[in-house]
Amino acid sequence: MAIQVSTACEMKTGKQRKGLQKSAFRSALLICLGLVAWWHIYRRLSAFADWFAFSVLHCSPSTRLGSAVQFMVYESPKVLMLLVLVVFGVGIVRSFFTPQRTRAMLAGTRESVGNVLAALLGVVTPFCSCSAVPLFIGFVTTGVPLGVTFSFLIAAPMINEVALVLLFGLFGWKVAAIYAGTGLMIAMIAGWIIGRLKMEHYVEPWVYEAQMSDGMDEDAKLTWAERIHLGREAVRDIVGKVWPYVLVGIAVGAGIHGYVPQNFMAHIMGKGAWWSVPLAVLIGIPMYSNAAGIIPIVQALLQKGAALGTVLAFMMSVIGLSFPETIILRKVLRPQLIAAFIGVVAVGILIVGYLFNLLM
Amino acid sequence: MTTLQILGSGCANCVRLAHNTEAAAKELGMEFTIEKVTDIQAIVRAGVMKTPALVVDGRVKLYGRVPNVDELKTILA
Repeated sequence: MAIQVSTACEMKTGKQRKGLQKSAFRSALLICLGLVAWWHIYRRLSAFADWFAFSVLHCSPSTRLGSAVQFMVYESPKVLMLLVLVVFGVGIVRSFFTPQRTRAMLAGTRESVGNVLAALLGVVTPFCSCSAVPLFIGFVTTGVPLGVTFSFLIAAPMINEVALVLLFGLFGWKVAAIYAGTGLMIAMIAGWIIGRLKMEHYVEPWVYEAQMSDGMDEDAKLTWAERIHLGREAVRDIVGKVWPYVLVGIAVGAGIHGYVPQNFMAHIMGKGAWWSVPLAVLIGIPMYSNAAGIIPIVQALLQKGAALGTVLAFMMSVIGLSFPETIILRKVLRPQLIAAFIGVVAVGILIVGYLFNLLM
Repeated sequence: MTTLQILGSGCANCVRLAHNTEAAAKELGMEFTIEKVTDIQAIVRAGVMKTPALVVDGRVKLYGRVPNVDELKTILA
């Protein structure tokens, strides 16, 4: 059966639109109130955790248990609150970047500029690995160069709001900025190299013959109330999925604090061991996890003396290069191109790992 | 008779969308058939770059997200 594409935004009747405008006012008001409340709660979290751990539970700040409890009671709501705020904000921002718009922006740019733009757009365009194939086809059949498409496909999973919030909340803004900056560089440069390798003929031939219609672009006509609704939906979906990982990550951080020797990992994953970075990448590639799932491990490794570069390389290869995604991409790419993709990105991650072990 | 199609490779979101859509159609008392379209070429032909998508009588009504049953009812109604 042929599938038509509706062009008009026919989801909403006039009556519904009026109702949505009214509720836009209400939601804007609620958001302002929410932000004020958020800020007042957030800045009191530390004091609350002290009071709860030391006065209510009568733990002593100087004991292992006391500091572990304080850590847990402070970090859990802190990270979850940051997550809710950022996921909500990103959900609204993303409602402006549909795949159609992103594609239109990329189809008209030169290759080098395109790689930079594609990596940046990869961060804000909503994307999940199950959409990798239709998205890939949609991009390359409308004139987005292969290398530029790869810049997008590399950046989109690797740099996402959940990873950044968790890195910021648990390790500070410097680690988060380093991760985002180097991740973007890898996506830009790896995509550019793949473009230079001229591997277009390693794309399965049927891809270029595929006829993709323009598709509907209902998102472009969204009202504010609907964008806010999408933000709330993102919070429900994403925070609802990742919160157990976050709590486990924080519990690991709190729990191992006093019980595992401080430099347990130092001789295996410390700066001195040159082979630790390639090993971390090799272990990371077949592993598949979302950003939230990997955080407990990152937390444990860093606290026990593993070097930052090694840990970042591990995290990037786990969430940026995933085995399931390459299997999905095999539908549209020949093995040679998949190998080039994994190879180029893995080398990029290795360089980042070594660079930070040298610098920090 | 309304034809409902869920476009997607069969990931968790596609299953959820199919489930919610079926529930919404039943609550509305619609007469409908529902099928899952997993053929990548058919998905691409429909212009869908983000799965899952909901197609009602051959028209793409929604893609890239999984609304709840209530929202799906207003889309189907």
